[in-house]
Amino acid sequence: MTAVVAVAVVAGLWELYKVLGVNWPISSNDLTMPHATDIVGAFFEPAQRGGDPLAWFLVKSAFFTLREAALGFAMGTTIGLLLATVMMRSRIIERGLLPWINISQTIPLIALAPIVVTWGRTNGWGDTLSVALISTYLTFFPVAVNGLKGLQSPNPADIELMRSYASGWKDTLFKVRLPAARPFLFPAFKLAATLSVVGAIVGEISAGVRGGLGRSILDFATRYSTGPSKVYAAVIAAGLLGLFVFGVVTLAERALVKRPDSIETRAL
Amino acid sequence: MTAVKISDLSMTFGAGTPAQVNALDHVNADIAEGEFISLIGPSGCGKSTMLRLIGDLLEPTSGGVEVFGKPSAQARLDRDYGMVFQQAGLFDWRTVSANVELPLELMGHSKADRSTRSRQMLELVELGDFGKSYPWQLSGGMQQRVAIARALSFSPRLLLMDEPFGALDEMTRENMQTEVLRIHKELGTTIIFVTHSIAEAVFLSNRVIVLSPRPGRIHSIIDVELGRRDAAIRESAEFFKKTTEVREALRGIESGGIESGGIESGGIESGGIETGDPQ
Repeated sequence: MTAVVAVAVVAGLWELYKVLGVNWPISSNDLTMPHATDIVGAFFEPAQRGGDPLAWFLVKSAFFTLREAALGFAMGTTIGLLLATVMMRSRIIERGLLPWINISQTIPLIALAPIVVTWGRTNGWGDTLSVALISTYLTFFPVAVNGLKGLQSPNPADIELMRSYASGWKDTLFKVRLPAARPFLFPAFKLAATLSVVGAIVGEISAGVRGGLGRSILDFATRYSTGPSKVYAAVIAAGLLGLFVFGVVTLAERALVKRPDSIETRAL
Repeated sequence: MTAVKISDLSMTFGAGTPAQVNALDHVNADIAEGEFISLIGPSGCGKSTMLRLIGDLLEPTSGGVEVFGKPSAQARLDRDYGMVFQQAGLFDWRTVSANVELPLELMGHSKADRSTRSRQMLELVELGDFGKSYPWQLSGGMQQRVAIARALSFSPRLLLMDEPFGALDEMTRENMQTEVLRIHKELGTTIIFVTHSIAEAVFLSNRVIVLSPRPGRIHSIIDVELGRRDAAIRESAEFFKKTTEVREALRGIESGGIESGGIESGGIESGGIETGDPQ
């Protein structure tokens, strides 16, 4: 409900800006800022002459991108969790690895993308995997950093308790550290989910992969002057895909983290 | 039979640095099977360190600990002891019974066996109806009882307790002391109990080990044989006499020598006779 109101408010402000005819900082003509109704209308017009409606075309593109993003998310979270575990196990590895993990995110993705695509083509991986790898590059980071914090979050007494039971490190990891890390991991998973979509779209554009949202955005952008509302529609579709993956992770969190945060139950 | 034999045990933290602390200095002690021993002393006297060395949670600098005739490391691997800390340390994501079952899970007990034992243990600590609750739904005292049930779930012969009731209010604390004594009597488990409370140490123990700090040494060992231990004994002359004895020992540490402690004790002893009179 709040979300519907928020969208309506944004659309209203958008139209108000146009009505006022302000030209600074952005000019409000129909080319730079098409009417909200035109953008909505664009979803129901054919994407190409005689083709599917844009909405359906974008759903198919989004599904294509979602597969790459999902693969990137899966690989990224796996790598992130492995890195966090390795760093948790050894202070020396943590000190050696953590700076590189941080530096990794300062390299612009568009610089890296063509390299990965070229690797993929010369080694015959196929572009889907290349795009997923580019997405992985963004997703592993929050999981590794927050995961490490989460795995280190149990009290020393909890770890002593496990030692008193002569528990091996694997049991301590799966029965104490990982469950304790959930409040740290889920925010990282949410971030990683939206980043996986960003990574996939950037990857598609860099690799020139056809069929996904990245290509649609690029195609519509080159024909911007003839159909500006289509670009906006494609951007909205990308945003909705991000929202969708965010929602999936949030549902998983609700299922896996049962503990209510309410204070009153503690007062018993 | 000897449950715990401490031989020439020393523990130095941060050796060679300016922050060097001699937590324990050549300590010797024998604890018999079935005994209830309290460790008491001012902050920094090494009582928690001693407990952790017995449990092989720390490596001693020199000397050693034998638990049931084997090195403490082996005793830990054999799961010969259970441990209870000041914070109950229950896991939020597990129900009360799943918390009690945790050590059994690690030891590979079958599911049926685990649930039977957790039910028995929760009944032992009088929380039979709370197995399906989550820890955050229980009061502090109840949580600590779950921690005791968890420590006893695999029937260890030795129970190490590190200020287990330190965070509880006075009334809950006295109830918990009675519970622990009942469990001690029922199961015959050897218990080593770290505390700050003189009354608690005297009420619970067969012997009270008084430690002095910097370096941590055994100042004195006080035998307490109170016989029946119930609420009434807390107000008896013999109870008062023993708490006074422990208090004197602790004062002796504070004023830097046993002699000065002896002088102070005059006043306290006469006080003891006064309160003892009406009984």
